[in-house]
Amino acid sequence: MSYNLSNLLYLITIVAFVLALRYLSNPAQARRGNQIGAAGMLVAIVVTWIKVGSTSWWAIALAMLIGGSFGAVAARKVRMTAMPQMVALFNGVGGGAAALIALAELHRVLPPPGEPTVDISLGIVLSGLIGSISFAGSMVAFAKLQELIGGRPITYVGQQFVNGALFVAALGCAVALVAGVQDEWLLWVTIAASLLFGVLFVLPIGGADMPVVISLLNAFTGIAVALGGFELENNVLIVSGMLVGASGTLLTLMMSRAMNRSVANVLFGAFGKVTVSAADVAASNGGQSVRSANAEDVAVMLAYAHKVVFVPGYGLAVAQAQHDVRQLADLLEAKGVEVSYAIHPVAGRMPGHMNVLLAEANVPYPQLQEMDDANPEFSRTDVAVVVGANDVVNPDARSNQGSPIYGMPILNVDDAQTVVVLKRSMNPGFAGVENPLFYNPKTVMLFGDAKDSIDKLIADVKNL
Amino acid sequence: MIHNTILVFEVTILVLAILLGIEVISKVPTLLHTPLMSGTNAIHGVVIVGAMIVLGQPDKSAFTWVVGFTAVILAAANVVGGFVVTDRMLEMFKSRERPKKPDAT
Repeated sequence: MSYNLSNLLYLITIVAFVLALRYLSNPAQARRGNQIGAAGMLVAIVVTWIKVGSTSWWAIALAMLIGGSFGAVAARKVRMTAMPQMVALFNGVGGGAAALIALAELHRVLPPPGEPTVDISLGIVLSGLIGSISFAGSMVAFAKLQELIGGRPITYVGQQFVNGALFVAALGCAVALVAGVQDEWLLWVTIAASLLFGVLFVLPIGGADMPVVISLLNAFTGIAVALGGFELENNVLIVSGMLVGASGTLLTLMMSRAMNRSVANVLFGAFGKVTVSAADVAASNGGQSVRSANAEDVAVMLAYAHKVVFVPGYGLAVAQAQHDVRQLADLLEAKGVEVSYAIHPVAGRMPGHMNVLLAEANVPYPQLQEMDDANPEFSRTDVAVVVGANDVVNPDARSNQGSPIYGMPILNVDDAQTVVVLKRSMNPGFAGVENPLFYNPKTVMLFGDAKDSIDKLIADVKNL
Repeated sequence: MIHNTILVFEVTILVLAILLGIEVISKVPTLLHTPLMSGTNAIHGVVIVGAMIVLGQPDKSAFTWVVGFTAVILAAANVVGGFVVTDRMLEMFKSRERPKKPDAT
C-alpha cells in the first residue's frame, strides 16, 4: 500500500476520532460516537496490517488476539465501581506500548560502540521517557485504587528531592542520547529512571486527588503516543495522541480548579498533613456534639419532605450502594417527593465517577445536577442526604482559612432544612480533615455502612 | 531539508490537533467526564499502529521481535478494553421521562 493511500485512509481514522469526541457532548449520541471511534480504529489497524507486509502477519494477529481478548474480558467483567482502576490499567498499558516502541526503535538505530553517531530525534526519546512514567504511574494508581497497596499518601523526608533527582537523571540521559553520547546503557538508565520516577511520583498522591492524577497520566500517554508518531512519521499517531494529550491536560486543569488548588499543589502537596482535632471543631461550634439518629426517624423525615437531594461521594462507590439509593429515591418519588442528585465535580476517584455509578443504577441523567445548578436549590430543599461524601460538603472550605481545603467550592448542603449524613464512623475522611458539618445543629448522623443504612431506610419508608 | 519540511509540517499538524482537542473537549459536560476519559483512553490505543510497524519490520533482531510483540499485546488490550468499557458506560446513560408525581404544594 502506498504511503499516500495509507495516509488518506488514516485520515478516516482521525475524522472518526474527532467525531467520537464531538458526539460526547450529548449523552444521547455519545454511544454512537464511541462506535464511530471504534470503527475508525479498525480502519487504522487493517491499513497498518496490510502495510507492514506478509512477513509478520501471523505474529501481529497472535499478539492482537492475546491482548485483545485480555482487554475484552477485563472490560466486560469489571464492575462499575471498579471503573477508575480499569481506566488506569488501560491507560498504563497504552503508555507501556508507547515506551516499548521507543525502546525498540532506539535499540535498532543506536550504533555499536566505536561507530559514528547517528541522528536521534528528541521526540522518540521523550516518547520512551513519558511512556515509561505513564506506565509505571498508572500501575501504581491501579494498585492503589484496587487497594493492593494503601490508598493513603506515602511520604518521607526528602521525597521531592529524590523525585526531582530521578526526573533530572532521566531527562539528562535522554538529552545526552540526542546530543550524541550514544551508549546503549544511557537508554536503559533513561527508561529505568523514568519507571522509578513514575512509581515514586504517584505513590504519595492518594484517594481524593486521584481524579487529577488519572487525567494527567491519560494526558501523558497521549503525548507519548504523539511523540512516537513523529519518529514513525505517522499522522494518525500524532493527531490522535495529541487529541488525548489536550483532553487529559484540560481535564486535569478542570479537576484542580474544582478543588481550588493548583496542579502542582495536588501533585506535590502531599495532602492531609493538617488535622484539626475533633475537640477544636466541637469547640468552634459552640461545644455542640454530634446528633445521631435512627433509621425510622430519618425515614419519616424523607417521606414527608417536598424535596430531597442526595449528595453521593466515594463512600457510595465503596459500599456499592448506588442501586439501593435509586430504590429509595423511587419510593420517595412514588410518595410525591421531588428527588435529585447533586454531584460535586471531584466526588469519587475519577472525573465524573458518580455520574457513571448512578447511571448504572438507572438514574435518568436529567436528575443528576452539577454543582452550580445544585447549590441554589439547597435553600428550598427539605432534606439533603449525604451518602459517603465528606470533603465536598465541608463548610470549612468556605469559612476556615486554616483548613487545608479552604477555597474549594463545595456543595452547600447546610442551606437545606435538614442534613442527613450517612457515615461509617466519626473518623475523618480521606484527607484527614475534620468536618464541622457533622456538628451543625441541622445535621443528623446515621452511622453504619451506607448500603445497610439505605436498606433500612427503604424498609422503614415502605412501612410508613 | 526535505526532512525538516516534513518536521515543520508535522509540528503544524500537532498544534492544530491540540487546538482541535481543546475545542471539542471543552464542550463535553461534566456528566460525561468518565466516558470522556475512557474514550480518549481507547483513542490513544492507536499506538497499536506504531507497535505493528515495529513488529512488522523485516530482518529484525530477536530483541525487536520480543519488544514489538509485547507492545502489540499491550496496545491491543488498550484498544479493545478502552472501547468496550466506554460502550458499557455510555449504554447506561439514559434519559427517561421522570416518573409522574403530584405537584408539590
